[in-house]
Order: sequence, then structure tokens, then C-alpha cells
Amino acid sequence: MRKLISLFLLAIVPVLGWAGGGNIHLDHADIDPTDQASLQRGAKFFVNYCMGCHSAKYQRYNRMAQDIGLTEEQVKANLMFTTEKIGDTMEIAMSSADANKFFGTTPPDLSLIARSRGVDWLYTYLRSFYIDEARPTGVNNVVFKDVGMPHVMWDLQGWQKAIFKENEHGGEPVFERFELVKPGSMTPEQFDGAIRDLVNFLDYVGEPYKLERQRLGVKVLLFLAIFFVLAYLLKKEYWKDVH
Amino acid sequence: MSLLSWIDERYPLTKVWNEHLAQYYAPKNFNFWYFFGSLAMLVLVNQILTGVWLAMSYKPDANLAFGSVEYIMRDVNWGWLIRYMHSTGASAFFIVIYLHMFRGLIYGSYRQPRELLWIIGVIIYILMMATAFMGYLLPWGQMSFWGAQVIVNLFTAIPVIGEDLGVWIRGDYVISDATLNRFFALHFLLPFILAAVVFIHIVALHKVGSNNPDGIEIKKGPKGNRWSKDAPADGIPFHPYYSVKDIVGVAGFLFLFALVIFYAPEMGGFFLEYPNFEPANPMKTPEHIAPVWYFTPFYAILRAVPSVAGSAFPGVVAMGASIAIFFFLPWLDRSPVKSIRYKGPIFKAWIAIFVVCFVVLGYLGVQPATPGKTLLAQICTVLYFAFFLLMPIYSKMDKTKPVPERVTQ
Repeated sequence: MRKLISLFLLAIVPVLGWAGGGNIHLDHADIDPTDQASLQRGAKFFVNYCMGCHSAKYQRYNRMAQDIGLTEEQVKANLMFTTEKIGDTMEIAMSSADANKFFGTTPPDLSLIARSRGVDWLYTYLRSFYIDEARPTGVNNVVFKDVGMPHVMWDLQGWQKAIFKENEHGGEPVFERFELVKPGSMTPEQFDGAIRDLVNFLDYVGEPYKLERQRLGVKVLLFLAIFFVLAYLLKKEYWKDVH
Repeated sequence: MSLLSWIDERYPLTKVWNEHLAQYYAPKNFNFWYFFGSLAMLVLVNQILTGVWLAMSYKPDANLAFGSVEYIMRDVNWGWLIRYMHSTGASAFFIVIYLHMFRGLIYGSYRQPRELLWIIGVIIYILMMATAFMGYLLPWGQMSFWGAQVIVNLFTAIPVIGEDLGVWIRGDYVISDATLNRFFALHFLLPFILAAVVFIHIVALHKVGSNNPDGIEIKKGPKGNRWSKDAPADGIPFHPYYSVKDIVGVAGFLFLFALVIFYAPEMGGFFLEYPNFEPANPMKTPEHIAPVWYFTPFYAILRAVPSVAGSAFPGVVAMGASIAIFFFLPWLDRSPVKSIRYKGPIFKAWIAIFVVCFVVLGYLGVQPATPGKTLLAQICTVLYFAFFLLMPIYSKMDKTKPVPERVTQ
């Protein structure tokens, strides 16, 4: 049987090797969900730069306060602009009808964006806006072609242009690298750090109970391991007289 | 007069207990593969219990469904745990059932006198697929919506009645609020029917008795064991021997189950597909629509069959046939022995080919189609059907080993 199983595995491996696609390379976000200072900076960035247009309508302020290590007063004073009630969710004032008029599309709610897109995608996307005069917003994005979103963080990152090289196989040119045209108020390293904090926060918002889940998991697994041993010993005791 | 005898005079409690547990004699040589029947029941109970509790907070409304799932995940006490137990349980159910079916396949558990037992099992499997398919629409994410759209559209490929059948299933011309409502109603109902058919499955099992890794009928062997002189010599009472043994299986299973729930509830996008964290948007077709992993082997078969005159009907027929063919298995196997232990190299090779094809098809079903992958899917589809259709020939000519009189350890 064991031989049979390893035979199966060997037969499957080459097929799986074909997987993977030729999409844009994503940078590793390298976030730390236990770093509360990073989450707090991310929350600040989110309410200041994202929440003009994007809601996080499943995330409650008081839950956030508790989870990222802030008091409710701190959140009320610094992070709440659209509501007075700490138990509210992170809604925005802009209606989707207006948004549609402004951007041609409704900016998506970001509660679950980290779960649907992945943190590496977000981290790369947010750092990949480049000048493209052909677009109504003046920018395009390497990761999300012809995106409706303008370059909101331009004052921090500055303006960059994208260098493309010719596609050897024909078709669309291939992205090579960025070139900073006009620096922003942050150095590239500082900007990467700020985006990392933001992505960390979005990842938290996607699954606020994640750390709780992982903490509980240890206890459950420990219990089940002990239960397994006891069950096995019980079985052995009963089966003594069968053989 | 004790309470028990009071009950026994009015209800056959002790009788049922003895006939189906304490004095039900199962072969003593069950191995690892025999855990999955009881585990399947455990997972069914898990699905029903967590499902009922989810239904207490879930809203089957196209405008509210997605948000109500997030409400469960964030605001309901332990809601995230119940939801992950249910979503992981769905995949676990299929893993356990596939292993359970594989056990039947290698030890010939579908052979005479267990044909009906096997057929009831295939019915359970089909009911499970229907239940899982309808349940997958309920979170109302992008994959929920578009997956259901693709699958229901398969029915519209049926000539003449297809279009009307599609409308009848959806209750609308597209997947909509009406579809969500009826799928919720049916997703709530089907598990109870499933439980009833599982009961019938067990009644059938206890009529014919369990098969075993040697494929020997213990009822036809010598009589008399430590517990009864009329019981099969190679049988042991299900309770306590297999009840305590199954608890070990349950503990091992729950450990792996908890590992996924607490540390990988999405399972790399296989148990919870990433695009499903985006609410259903009928205006935006995802780049790549893939069903959940447990349907992908059949989906790959569907795509492997080329359309005829612009109609996907041949593919739909092939997909239906790839599932329905399991019904005929008891009559396709003509080998003089049941178990793989005594079957010859040809049968073993075909089993290996079948499993590899099933897994490869499952992989191809989640991938976007390319010419190379379609060709591979076509080869695997042919081999998949060949395993069944050529079985009457190869199982007969295969060289078998002599089967012992008594079960081996």
C-alpha cells in the first residue's frame, strides 16, 4: 500500500509542476499581525488616506480599539470622522452614486480586500502607480491595469514612471522597473514601511479574530493530542483479548 | 421493575442495541481504511449542527446574505468558529467520503451481496453533491454566484427542455434573490434526507454484514466465538471493540480538522476560494471561474469533451455519466475475488491509473484551460471511463491469488 501511495504521488508531481503563471511579480508584504504599533499607524493611514472613498463597513470602531491596543477615547478623538458612536462600523459619507459619477466606478468596501486579493497583492499594488497621461486620473497601475483609483499617496511617494521593455513573444510590453521622477515627502523606504503598516491593518480588518483563533487553536490541538493518546490506550486495553 | 424493562416492553431498545451494536459481529481484521464510515457520520452531524446554528444568523437575501456571513464571523459569539467548522466540514466530508469510496473500490465492498449497499452509497454521494452545491451559493460571494451560474447553465445545454429547466431551477433568468432563497430552503432540507438515506445505508450494511480487507464472507466461515456459539468465528462485537477503535479515528481526524480550522481555514484557497471574499456582482465576471475542489474532477471531464455544433451537451452527458457509472460498478467487476489483496497486477495497475486520473482531473478542473491541459484532461477522461468500461474484460483475465479460508491479521 505504501509503495502504491508513493507511486501515485510520483505520478502527480510532474503535472503540478506545470502550475504557476506569468503574471506580474508580487513583492512580499512581510507583515506582523502582532505588532500593535504597526497596526495603529496603519489605522491612522487608513482613516486619513483611504476612508475618503473606501469604507470598511464590517469593522466596528470599538472592536478595532480593543484589538490594536487603543482606548475608545483615543479612537474617538483621532480616528473617527464620520460618526460619534464607538459601536458603529467604519462607513463613509460618500454615496455610491456620487462615487460612480466621480470615478466611473464605486470604490470597493475594504473590509475583506486583504482576504480576496492577498496581502502581497495589496502591498505591490499600492506602490505601483505610475504616470500615464492617457488616463483621466493621470496615473495607471502596473498590477491593476487602467484602475479607476487616482494616486492618493502622491504627496508621500512622489511621482514615478514605469519603464517597459519589448515583449520577446510579441504582444504587450513587459514591465521592467520604476523610476522616481519627483520625490515625495517620504523616502522610498519610509513609504514602503507606511504601506506595510497599512496592509497589516487591512489584513487585521479582514479577519479581526485571527489572533484569537490561533491562540485558541493551540489549546484545542493540545487537548485533542492528549485525547488521542488516551483513546489509543483504551482501544489497546480492550483489544488485548481479540488477538 | 427497572426503567429499562419498562421501556423494553414498549420499545425494542435493548433488542436494537444488541442487534446493531453489542451483538453485531463485524470482521476482526478492519484496518485504517475502515475509519471513514464512522467519520463520515461524524462530519454529517457536524454539518447539521453547525449549519442549524449558522441559519440562526444567516439571511437568505441577495442584499443581506454576504453581510450576514460577515456578521456571523465578527459579531456573533463564536460565530467564526461555527462558520469555519461548517466550511471546513464541507471539504472534510468529501475527503472522508472519497476515502470511504476508495476503500470500497480496493476491497470489493460493492460485490455481491452488497450491490444495494453500494448503490445507496452512490445516492448518498449524489445527494451530498447537491447539498454542497446549493450551500456554496449561500455566502453570496463572487465564486458562489458565478460558480452557480456556470453549473446551472449546464442544465440549459440539454436539448429542447434545457432553457425552461434552467429557469425552473433558478426561479429566474439569472442567478438571483429567488435562486438564493430556494437554495437556502433546499440546503436546509437535504441534510435531513441525507441522514435518512445514511440510516438506510446502515440498515443495508447490517443485513449483509461488513466486508473486510480480505474480501471474505465471515458469515460463510466457521461459527463460534468467545461471545456466541452461533456468531461467525472471525467476528467480534461492534461494541465495544469497534466503538473504542473508532474513537481513536475520531481523535486523529479531529486533530487534523482542528489544524485546518484554526491555522488554515482557507486551505490555500481550496476550502474557501479567495474571490469569494468579494460580494457577488452580476455585472462583473471573474477572470477565472473554478468550482470548489471536490467538484473539479467532474468539471474537468465536462471541459475535456468538445462541444458539438456549439452545444456543450456532450460534455454535460460525459460529466453525468462519470458519476452515474459508479452505480454499475457491482456488475462490471467479474473477478473471482473481491479484495485487491488477492487480485492480480492488471487490476492493481488500473486502480492506480484511475486514482492518478481522478487527482489530475481534479487539479486540471481548477486551472484555466490551455491546449496542453485540455489534451491531458482528455487523456485522463478516456482512462477514467476505460477503468470502468474495460473492467468486465480485465478483471476476468487478471491472474488472482488464492483466497484464504479465514481472515488474516
